[in-house]
Amino acid sequence: MKDKRRETFPRAVFSRPRSLLDVRSHYCPGCHHGIAHRILAETIDRFDVRGKTVGVAPVGCAVLMYDYIDVDFAEAPHGRAPAVATGVKRAHPDRFVFTYQGDGDLAAIGTSEIIHAANRGENITVLFINNTTYGMTGGQMAPTTMLGQKTATSPYGREFRNDGYPIKVAELLATIEGTAYSARVATSTPAQIRKAKEAVRKAFDMQIREVGFSLVEFLSTCPTNWGMKPLDAQKRVLGEISGYFPLGVYKERKQADFV
Amino acid sequence: MTLAASGISRELMKGNEAICVGAIAAGCRFYYGYPITPQNDIPEYMAAHLPPIGGMFLQAESEVATINFLLGASASGKRVMTSSSGPGISLMQEGLSYMAGMELPAVIVNISRSGPGLGGIAPSQGDYFQAVKGGGHGGYRMPVLAPHSVQEMYSLTMRAFDLSDKYRNPAMILGDAVIGQMKEPFVPTPYLPTVSAEKPWALTGCAGRERRIVKSLYLKDDEIEVHNWKLHRKYTTMQKEEVLYESYCMDGARVVIVAFGTAARVSKTAIQVARREGIPVGMLRPVTLFPFPSREVNEAAGVADAILVIEMNTGQMLEDVRMSTRHHDKIRFLGKPCAIPTPEEILQEIRRLAGEIGAGR
Repeated sequence: MKDKRRETFPRAVFSRPRSLLDVRSHYCPGCHHGIAHRILAETIDRFDVRGKTVGVAPVGCAVLMYDYIDVDFAEAPHGRAPAVATGVKRAHPDRFVFTYQGDGDLAAIGTSEIIHAANRGENITVLFINNTTYGMTGGQMAPTTMLGQKTATSPYGREFRNDGYPIKVAELLATIEGTAYSARVATSTPAQIRKAKEAVRKAFDMQIREVGFSLVEFLSTCPTNWGMKPLDAQKRVLGEISGYFPLGVYKERKQADFV
Repeated sequence: MTLAASGISRELMKGNEAICVGAIAAGCRFYYGYPITPQNDIPEYMAAHLPPIGGMFLQAESEVATINFLLGASASGKRVMTSSSGPGISLMQEGLSYMAGMELPAVIVNISRSGPGLGGIAPSQGDYFQAVKGGGHGGYRMPVLAPHSVQEMYSLTMRAFDLSDKYRNPAMILGDAVIGQMKEPFVPTPYLPTVSAEKPWALTGCAGRERRIVKSLYLKDDEIEVHNWKLHRKYTTMQKEEVLYESYCMDGARVVIVAFGTAARVSKTAIQVARREGIPVGMLRPVTLFPFPSREVNEAAGVADAILVIEMNTGQMLEDVRMSTRHHDKIRFLGKPCAIPTPEEILQEIRRLAGEIGAGR
């Protein structure tokens, strides 16, 4: 056995996923969009669905994700990606359709669209990036901003009497009948990244088996708008943020209802 | 060939239903909508008739979602339609702007009601500005077709699908509660496509071809300016090639009515009576509100002694008539916001104008 292994050496143990383009990204140092993009691309490759995938890009930093993920793409107005994805999926039920949305996009302006897409059991997959702020517009308060967190529009810190509490999307969507899969992951340690990949794999699997709506919430970072060094941002996710937004699988259907 | 010999039988239907028959004939198999009076016959008809022929009907949670269902279906290469009324059409403006920017075809039906705000459910032509001037942000136009009969509700819907595909742009049918709710016979003439069904830009998954991106974001250097001029050229071409209008009793007309939709329909009755009285009155009826028949209006204004603009609002198309000609002194206006002008009211105005210019009896 040992000899055989030596014969095939050197062999590739790490390479760029086919679905991830070999270009420089515009994301800031320490931002986790790159990790989430790579997990997405690896999973597209793993299920071999690149040629039948239509992605729906959000409004926010990730609107340019079609410059990095090598599949057919549509843009959507702010928050409307689940409705656009519904239109695509209903037109082509045999295609793989995903949206990729930030917390301003999904949890503020797009709450109606995400809840009703989930409630219809729309057979799409949603990657939800929660970094507790509006990244592209310059770090304003999001519905997911932590209590006490200072942002451009909560300069004295978020205060629940004025702004309410950070909204827990993975838990909220798990209460909806049409949701097949809802999980929250983080990408701040190698172990977390492995679990995140597993969650995205399950979310893809739900769509491919036509079980229903699937969502993976990523606890992400925004060192630029948090005013933190990348490592400190990682620590914030591992401590304060995952303390309020617990990681885990909140819903996992075995099979579709009513089949 | 007579109608009987052609094998096409006449149908008796509401205008709203005729729109559905026209859409299905034109190959529309995707309809998305949200309930609002006075257009509910349309989603109800589509909910009953699309699934049995393999089509898709889906009731959205809002008009905001509706227009984005359309955006997704259109980006996927499908012929798709929605319908609504004023307040719902307002909610769709965001998506309409995106679709114009992304160059996505679709047919949007506005069976308009009175406004502003919740307004009322009475027929109105108060949405003219919103429809023809680009109701959403950023500056865009779309073909707007104004039927004045159930027959046209059918045929102009088919036309709207072809126009929207030809220009890769949303197109609107602007009706109102009267045209939508009234029943009259119409002939469901066969759909004869004038555009190719090929959509080499549609998102279907990139297997066996280069991947495609449908977007409206242009950040690099002068990309967005180039894109704006490209869109503008489409609107200019529409103005050159797509104007539709009807000349009605225009022979020797010294009083020319300019009216569309229900107001034009009622005007025809008044014109017939006035002509019997010997008053030389006719009508130039814009069928496309965008592109507007400016040249024809200008020609009529040059020849006639008076131009009478009649609208079910306080004067919106009136501005386009003024823009079309320098003969502003000849222009008169009869407005009935949120109500149907009666033939008597129009006749009275025709007689008064005929007296003013010394025409007729």
